[in-house]
Amino acid sequence: MTGHVIVLGATSAMAEATARLYAAEGASLTLVGRQAERLEAIAADLKARGASAVDTAVEDLGQAKAPAKRLSDWAGGRTVDAVLLFYGVLGDQARAESDLDHAAEVLQVDFTSAALWSLAAASLLEGQGRGALVVVGSVAGDRGRQSNYVYGAAKGGLGVLVQGIAHRLALRNSGARAVLVKPGFVDTPMTDRMAKGGPLWATPEAVAKIVRRAAERGGPVQYAPGFWRLIMLVIRVIPSAIFHKRPL
Amino acid sequence: MSAFRTTTGLTSWGRVDRPRQDVATPRWADELAGLVGGERLLAVGLGRSYGDSGLNPDGRVVAMRGLDRVHGFDAATGVVRADAGLSLDDLIRLALPHGWFPAVVPGTKYVTLGGAIANDIHGKNHHREGTFGRHVRRLCLLRTDGSVRELAPGDPLFAATVGGLGLTGVIAWAEIQLSPVSGAWMASEDIAFNRLSEFFDLAEASEAGFDYTVSWIDCTTRNGRGIFSRANPDGSPDRTPHDPPKIALPLDFPSFALNPLTLKAFNTFRFAAKSAMAGKKTVHYETFQFPLDAIGQWNRLYGPKGFYQYQCAIPSAAARDATAELMSQIARSGQGSFLAVLKTFGDVPSPGLLSFPIKGATLALDFQNGGDATLRLLERLDRVVLEAGGRLYPAKDGRISAAMFRASYPNLEEFMKHRDPGLTSAFWRRVAA
Repeated sequence: MTGHVIVLGATSAMAEATARLYAAEGASLTLVGRQAERLEAIAADLKARGASAVDTAVEDLGQAKAPAKRLSDWAGGRTVDAVLLFYGVLGDQARAESDLDHAAEVLQVDFTSAALWSLAAASLLEGQGRGALVVVGSVAGDRGRQSNYVYGAAKGGLGVLVQGIAHRLALRNSGARAVLVKPGFVDTPMTDRMAKGGPLWATPEAVAKIVRRAAERGGPVQYAPGFWRLIMLVIRVIPSAIFHKRPL
Repeated sequence: MSAFRTTTGLTSWGRVDRPRQDVATPRWADELAGLVGGERLLAVGLGRSYGDSGLNPDGRVVAMRGLDRVHGFDAATGVVRADAGLSLDDLIRLALPHGWFPAVVPGTKYVTLGGAIANDIHGKNHHREGTFGRHVRRLCLLRTDGSVRELAPGDPLFAATVGGLGLTGVIAWAEIQLSPVSGAWMASEDIAFNRLSEFFDLAEASEAGFDYTVSWIDCTTRNGRGIFSRANPDGSPDRTPHDPPKIALPLDFPSFALNPLTLKAFNTFRFAAKSAMAGKKTVHYETFQFPLDAIGQWNRLYGPKGFYQYQCAIPSAAARDATAELMSQIARSGQGSFLAVLKTFGDVPSPGLLSFPIKGATLALDFQNGGDATLRLLERLDRVVLEAGGRLYPAKDGRISAAMFRASYPNLEEFMKHRDPGLTSAFWRRVAA
């Protein structure tokens, strides 16, 4: 029986799909996000789908105000089985190159704040001696590309941080785990401005299954779906002399 | 924020047409009102209508599948209220563990609540429970003039909306009454029959004692042999829901794979195999109710040109003769399908002005899109149906004439009064505009 799960960025399509898997198992959840009405709509749905209890918390996660205290409040004395971090912004790469405030916002939300929540969650889980931190990164963090490297840099940096947490938790035999899940193209509102369709696109439900499994087992870095590991391996080893001639 | 984007990727299940449409996929109830307005709009669900009732070429389409949240489910009373995009697949998964099941389900669980209402779908228990619309307690309709209407049975707009093909407003949410069930299993019995008259006798004899009846019929033979299936819930308490499909067709079959020879061979083999295994057995609801869901994307079986489905209802008085004539025409044509379905409708009244079922028999089968030859055959079938006082099911249709539709749906004029002028579909423009 699954216990308590804290979902950071609960209104994302991948987060909601993952929360439904936990609900079907009878878990209790705390949903964190900015929009109260939408969180309530998800909470009602998860209860109908089997969740034993659902709390909502309205919070601007990008600010990362007092993350340790907040997480402890949301745990509410319960043992936390998983802290899942889904939120993020894609940003506008072209704008970020000239409007540095926009670049700063992307870095603040996608790296700085996410890193602080991750560090706070790691300590909470380590203190419990169990539980998993699952952070959603992106394949965009694997190699800087001109089309989205500010977002990519933030996700790449976050990936290194989560890797470090996974190392720390493993080395100390803490009983807790940390996993970075790196989705490729996912059909969500975040990617609505891109042309979709074809074999590379995954549904939020498919990624959710990988996140749910990652909370139980597997290595510290998991691609979603798994074939992206191979694609990104190829992308990383393409020599710059060739790579720099492509508008990727 | 959800907006409309042009695509040719949204098709109906039959895939005969691939029109250009501007499609929006909202995920939040608060986005829906902003999308419902203006002209030439249509809301669609999971795209399981076969023909063109779910298509709006050169128009705007709101794809409702992202609006699938349950507002509330009362496990004590079996009342559930949810966004119109909730699938029966999800609904069964959440309700069955508490001992509830939709009172009426079609041959696939991949339909939405909104689609089930807009087509006033029927199931294998029509003689018991009637159509889906009879189990709707309330629904919320967004009209393109900006008004929001909450409707209950008895309201004339409710009667227009049930079976109203999505043309009276966009259904935002619905509240339905589920049926109590003990578990997931059914006691079923398969009986082979060798002529149509045996089918009708079996159907008559089974109505009183069985909740569910349906039969598969070999459409390559004239005399109408097939397998009659009847079932009741078996009473065991196991409530394990279905699994997702394990296999899906990854690409289109080539068109030539389906021809009179392979059709004949498949149907002959199926009859022999099913006859040999006839008798009583215990089956999961998934096997009995949703046999087609076992293979994902099975519509690719009919090749890249797509297919038509033909489903007619014939009133009792003419049912035996007209069905025999239809079977004879189909067998002679060499066209037809792997799975032709024949069943009887009971006399439970349908709640919608344009609801399809009428007491009598209903025959449903697929025809690969073979161009003119197929269309000519279907027109010949139309004449048989019309002469018998029957009608075709809009959810399956992509081709009937306006004259045929008007002649067979006497409530059409009454329906017109309730139609939302901002909503339309390819089907509607063909049969009524």
